[in-house]
Amino acid sequence: MAQHQVNYASAGGLPVALTTVDHLINWGRSNSLWPLTYGLACCAIEMMAAGASRYDFDRMGTIFRASPRQSDVMILAGTLSKKHSEFARRLYDQMTEPKWVISMGSCANTGGMFNTYATVQGVDRIIPVDIYLPGCAPRPETLQYAMMMLQKKIRRESANMKNNTKQNLRLI
Amino acid sequence: MRKYVPKDNVQAKSYYTDRYHVVPSTPREDVSSDEVFAKQLETLKEKVEVIRAEIQLGQMIVEINHQDNFKALEVLKNECDYAMLSEMSAVDYLAKDGNFEVFYQMLNIKDVKRMRLVMRIEQGLAVESAVPLYKSANFAEREMFDMFGIVANNHPFMKRILMPDDWEGHPLLKTYPLQGDEFASWYEVDKIFGKDAREAIGPENRDPSRIDRYDTKRFSRVGYEVQFGEDISAGETKTKIEYSKTFLVDYQQADGVKPAEDRK
Repeated sequence: MAQHQVNYASAGGLPVALTTVDHLINWGRSNSLWPLTYGLACCAIEMMAAGASRYDFDRMGTIFRASPRQSDVMILAGTLSKKHSEFARRLYDQMTEPKWVISMGSCANTGGMFNTYATVQGVDRIIPVDIYLPGCAPRPETLQYAMMMLQKKIRRESANMKNNTKQNLRLI
Repeated sequence: MRKYVPKDNVQAKSYYTDRYHVVPSTPREDVSSDEVFAKQLETLKEKVEVIRAEIQLGQMIVEINHQDNFKALEVLKNECDYAMLSEMSAVDYLAKDGNFEVFYQMLNIKDVKRMRLVMRIEQGLAVESAVPLYKSANFAEREMFDMFGIVANNHPFMKRILMPDDWEGHPLLKTYPLQGDEFASWYEVDKIFGKDAREAIGPENRDPSRIDRYDTKRFSRVGYEVQFGEDISAGETKTKIEYSKTFLVDYQQADGVKPAEDRK
């Protein structure tokens, strides 16, 4: 018998598995993370590669959606210009709860090499971020790892999002 | 004795300059040295006043008064076969000469010639739009307006092209700071959350290597590790550094890894 299968013998021969509601809900949430198709700059190429056949996000239940209404992860992949910042925030607001944010690449994390007047110096100025993914640009494996870290984070959290503390509560 | 160097602005300068280096200047030739250009210049001189004309790197440079720009472009397009306007924009010479230089870089496909029409214009004055003659001037003039604030009269859609419509200032001016002015640094915060959120969000961090000594959320000191988010403004306790057991093992010590025969 494979280890992940329920050992019926241990539950008095009954097909019963005991768990908590939190575990059950988080199991569902973490295994079907649907990110928003939202590429801002060259990091988007790596994000596309991660979604395509070689790295294959689909096997993790991660399917890119073209609408913020259907997605629960926002991957900010690339340089966020000040002109575009209001639209990024609007897309974030349009996503339904629960929602998580991955800031992908140096530009999204801190503004990166664009230390200029026109670039947002870190997307956490406008959107609360769960995972900061370093790199310029991060390789698809790195994005996959970030997604796995996010899954771990979700499994650790309470299913009731109100109980979860975020680092920058001021913006939510 | 060592040469005295003023210390107050030493950062602003290059650390090494060659005393004997002479900046090469572009060779300038007379327009009469090229038959095609000479003929075109004669045609142009009949219609508009030419201030300066020369050949640099095989391209004719013609300076005119800024009031004549449309007339000159008309002549160049219709009578001198300059069918394409490759690029037009401006150069900020406000600090040096007190004006802008507006240039039109043009291409003659028939004679395989390039020329540049330049003109000086004071700040606050407008140029005549070249859009009726050249379609490519449409976006170029909008960009010139966006970056320098030079308006083109009779342009079909005189609006910013790169920066947001509600932006203040013209970023390609030499007086505009690279990292943005007060308005630019708070732009996204003001627009999304309103001015009240400035205090909560805080100013931009423009130093990518900045380390906050008392920030325990993002930094930890080796040997002084504390809990996440703990307040360490009063000081922190030293913790013992534990090295990995996979290396730096003292095989001579009694509690180190035992010799092979003892493990039998």
